[in-house]
Amino acid sequence: MKRYQLEIRVVPRAGLLDPQGKAIHHALHALGYAAVEGVRVGKAIALELEASSEDAARALAEEMCRKLLANPVTEDFQIAVMGEAAPTGRRA
Amino acid sequence: MSGRLVVVTFPGSNCDQDCYHAVELAGGEPSYLWHREHGLAGADAVILPGGFSYGDYLRAGAIARFSHAMEDVIAFARRGGPVLAICNGFQIACEAGLLPGTLIRNRTLRFHAFDQHLRVENNETLWTSSYERGQILRMPVAHGEGNYEADRETLDGLEGEGRVLFRYVDAAGRVTEEGNPNGSANAIAGIVNQEGNVMGLMPHPDRAMEAALGSVDGRGIFESLVRHLSAVGAR
Repeated sequence: MKRYQLEIRVVPRAGLLDPQGKAIHHALHALGYAAVEGVRVGKAIALELEASSEDAARALAEEMCRKLLANPVTEDFQIAVMGEAAPTGRRA
Repeated sequence: MSGRLVVVTFPGSNCDQDCYHAVELAGGEPSYLWHREHGLAGADAVILPGGFSYGDYLRAGAIARFSHAMEDVIAFARRGGPVLAICNGFQIACEAGLLPGTLIRNRTLRFHAFDQHLRVENNETLWTSSYERGQILRMPVAHGEGNYEADRETLDGLEGEGRVLFRYVDAAGRVTEEGNPNGSANAIAGIVNQEGNVMGLMPHPDRAMEAALGSVDGRGIFESLVRHLSAVGAR
């Protein structure tokens, strides 16, 4: 088994009202950043887990997203495998 | 006494005692169930109270649904047992798949804590039989994530099947922008599942039980439920 570091991004589904994103959008315009055309606010979840391969790590994370980490009604998720982590207990 | 109603307490629940008191006032027999425990044997109905279960971490209600008590509540609901899900309880019931849709951040981005007018949309349910159809109620809301959202098909189903029980309205009983401060789709404040045994409601009937506290408009829900339980032969 290897240890993998993953980053999971959970974002409000496109087309759905995102009140936080809207408020930040307004605030950026108020600061003079007229170029901003859209803001969506989500979460980034850093996950470290053991799996036999990168594909297995990704599949496991996808299952976690469906069960808990994202709400299927309102949120989409993306999983990125950031790399292999050092084995347990030997991290610098 | 008529009906044993179990109030589930999660870490962070803060309306469990209000619900307990409300059940007593309505003539039912309340008891508590701690989230770590199993124990719905003999229960006639379950109440998921308001609060901030598990600190609202991840999403409101997302963690609570995996507790031991919720395993029992989900099984109880699937057998047709009545479940009243108020405020955070509504969020938990959506996360647990007992009710469709979800509750997202209020469109104002603010926590709402004020009295709100509601209109009774359907009084032919076990939850609303004490009210008149079209009756205007006033009860407190206390939530940051009360904005009900669901896909178009779900909303059409809720509307078409009379499953929207309560809608946010202004003081005159009209559905308006100002009357729907959290921005819920179709101004939805309360719904039931397809079978009619699980009701979710964002406002707090449990805080509208005593004239001294400003409103007794919440009594109808608890009284309707207790009357239903005695009609179906609960103890």
